[in-house]
Amino acid sequence: MTDAELPGAFAAIVDDFQALTEPDRLQLLLEFAEGLPDLPERYADHPELLEPVPECQSPVFLVVEVGEAAEGADAPVEVFLSAPRESPTTRGFAGILTEGLAGLTASQVLAVPDDVPHRLGLDRAVSPLRLRGMAGMLGRIKRQVRERVAA
Amino acid sequence: MGLPADTDPSFADYAHPERLVSTTWLAEHLGQPGLAVVESNEDVLLYSTGHIPGAVHLDWHTDLNDPVTRDYVDGAGFAAALSQRGISRDDTVVIYGDKNNWWAAYALWVFTLFGHEDVRLLDGGRAAWIAEGRELTTEVPTPQPTEYPVVERDDASIRAFKEDVLAFLGGQLVDVRSAPEYSGERTTMPDYPEEGALRGGHIPGAQSVPWARAAQEDGRFRSRAELESIYLQEKGLDPSQPVIAYCRIGERSSHTWFVLRHLLGFDDVKNYDGSWTEWGNAVRVPIATGDQPGEVPQR
Repeated sequence: MTDAELPGAFAAIVDDFQALTEPDRLQLLLEFAEGLPDLPERYADHPELLEPVPECQSPVFLVVEVGEAAEGADAPVEVFLSAPRESPTTRGFAGILTEGLAGLTASQVLAVPDDVPHRLGLDRAVSPLRLRGMAGMLGRIKRQVRERVAA
Repeated sequence: MGLPADTDPSFADYAHPERLVSTTWLAEHLGQPGLAVVESNEDVLLYSTGHIPGAVHLDWHTDLNDPVTRDYVDGAGFAAALSQRGISRDDTVVIYGDKNNWWAAYALWVFTLFGHEDVRLLDGGRAAWIAEGRELTTEVPTPQPTEYPVVERDDASIRAFKEDVLAFLGGQLVDVRSAPEYSGERTTMPDYPEEGALRGGHIPGAQSVPWARAAQEDGRFRSRAELESIYLQEKGLDPSQPVIAYCRIGERSSHTWFVLRHLLGFDDVKNYDGSWTEWGNAVRVPIATGDQPGEVPQR
């Protein structure tokens, strides 16, 4: 595990997971799955605006909004993710990212360490493939942020 | 002994119709002594969101794989997992799961490695049960633990290792991954995680039959005639000759293993569970690229 710092809200989520036993971690992941907010109408009605995440084994889509271009790296970022109810693990990861990245600026999102999926203490209970799905979501979120900041 | 087979006429043509049960059969037999219902999914949390009443959960990753060595659990590990779930050696086990029974078929194949005799799939899996509006519950059963015997795993009959496949080149191989995985086409782009194999392509001589072709839209298996038109007529596979199926880690190919062995009655079907994550990373093994089986190297 690297020592790169996580932003406050994200660090708190990781601490919550780490404090639990494995079955309870899965239960918490399920709560994140249930808590994933629905897409706002402007995206729910326009799936073509969202980017697919093929690293996930289920259909996951995401889109990132970055505030005023003039703000550059300090622009606020908003992340929208959708994942099917039949894929609660993937939904759980999407829920963690949505909550963990909420309210961050572009530079803060880009600074989130890429190993964050492995800090949740789920490596044994959840297959590497599924953790890679979460890494895929984070990688794509960061790429969209970079593109939008550069634009 | 085991429960009676499902005599649903839609199964009658299969080589081993007793390996399938319909949702109707399962609904009628739920709760009967001697029946164990097992849910096995790609998604480890799905069972917790609701499952067939009385079904126990078995996870392919945490329950069926060894936590350290890349291998399945041993006899003691399997016995512990089944005892804890209240399953007896002579129980009729019906397995179902998500994604066209993808992981359910994998679990069934592992049960077969341990010689559990009466193990069946719920045709259509989890999706079919839900689509018919049948009962689900979040109540997790607490079965009385059993004394499932410690049985040595038999890797010789239905499992192939890399060395077996190398010695088998020129024989009937079925690659059940998607077309771009088979051809070796690179799909990586900046920021896209790697696929976990250093080389793309397939084992020379392998026929490409993506596993999901064996399933209908609703997740149920295609009829025997449809399956024969794919595997026998289109791909020219000979049911009397040995065949080895593979995918990425051996799960999708378990589904094809079930189709070839139990639905089409092939005599000798093995699953190469090392699959592409082993072959595509191995040093100096032959690989073919493109959409054709390719040339089999001289040995």
